Amino acid sequence: MVKFALPRNSKVTGGKTWPKPEGATETREFKVYRWNPDDDSNPSIDTFYVDVNECGPRVLDGLIWIKDHIDPTLTFRRSCREGVCGSCAMNINGQNTLACTKSMHDVAADAVKVSPLPHQPVVKDLVPDLTNFYAQYASIEPWLKTTTPTPQKEWRQSRDDREKLDGLYECILCACCSTACPSYWWNSDRFLGPAALLQAARWVSDSRDEATGERLDYLEDPFRLYRCHTILNCTKACPKNLNPAEAIAMLKLKLVERQM
Amino acid sequence: MTIRIERPLSPHIQIYRWTLTMTLSIVHRATGMALYFGTLLLVWWLFAVSSGPGAYAAVQSFTASWIGQLIAFGYTWALMHHMLSGVRHLVWDLGYGFKPAEREWLTRATLIGGILLTVLLWIVAYAIGGGR
Repeated sequence: MVKFALPRNSKVTGGKTWPKPEGATETREFKVYRWNPDDDSNPSIDTFYVDVNECGPRVLDGLIWIKDHIDPTLTFRRSCREGVCGSCAMNINGQNTLACTKSMHDVAADAVKVSPLPHQPVVKDLVPDLTNFYAQYASIEPWLKTTTPTPQKEWRQSRDDREKLDGLYECILCACCSTACPSYWWNSDRFLGPAALLQAARWVSDSRDEATGERLDYLEDPFRLYRCHTILNCTKACPKNLNPAEAIAMLKLKLVERQM
Repeated sequence: MTIRIERPLSPHIQIYRWTLTMTLSIVHRATGMALYFGTLLLVWWLFAVSSGPGAYAAVQSFTASWIGQLIAFGYTWALMHHMLSGVRHLVWDLGYGFKPAEREWLTRATLIGGILLTVLLWIVAYAIGGGR
């Protein structure tokens, strides 16, 4: 359902401004979404000042610096710090991306504004609950399905067929695309969202997979696939430069083609 | 015993940076709805045409008024924009135009093309009919 306003308990109110670090000559302002399940209060936006000369250039460096030097309770996910794991996906100045690959100096505004991935239940601070997102990924059955007996060695694939998976297999499931999609905001209970659909396209495109028909049957649904209205926020958000919108268009075409 | 936590929903449309494709997506829907209402006016005009000179004059006096002209202009734009936007969606549904430069070009062309066609139509309409 389309609901523009946030529920009463989710409205962002107030927030604390933490003192500037002592002796810092150059600082960058960070405005960070905070919510603590142990407090009985609404989310807020805290203001921090990061000492630029003491800290790496990425937004994630800034968040780690805040956690180390100002507020150790600041909570966020991170792991690889190089755009491979997808843990630190968040909304930075209005766009979903990875905090570890986004430079805090590339942000045009006066302050780096950091918020959890949009329209998700918040576990704490910048950590969203992605249970539904993962369940949707599982629902497209992301594994090789075959009926012919398993060959003695490997499943063979030609170079050309392997190339059909380029631009699809690289997805790191960071959820930047799905949580950037307004259709997904309003219908994530039934619409699979760009990430799961990109993976559906990856298995539909796999020459070794023998369940293409079943996979397309599952997608042929007014909500699961067709809630995509080609808004293109997914493709614009993808930190790996993949194109979920194009993959979804390919799935829609395949559904039409098999009826002809 | 675990207590169910009332988790807040993270901000979405309140914070997401608007892009041209996102804006035109909602405009496509808005113009689609506007066309329903605009078509009612067309039906009114058709009814008037078939029922006689008195009714026809009433419609004509409304469409000649500034508010009538404004509605008619808006209806023209909604129609032109929705048409071009529909073509854009057709291109995408055929699997083309997804590269960054292509999708932005298509989107800008829709927006500018819709306005240009509307203005052009009105210039032609005024040149031929003198605004009636």
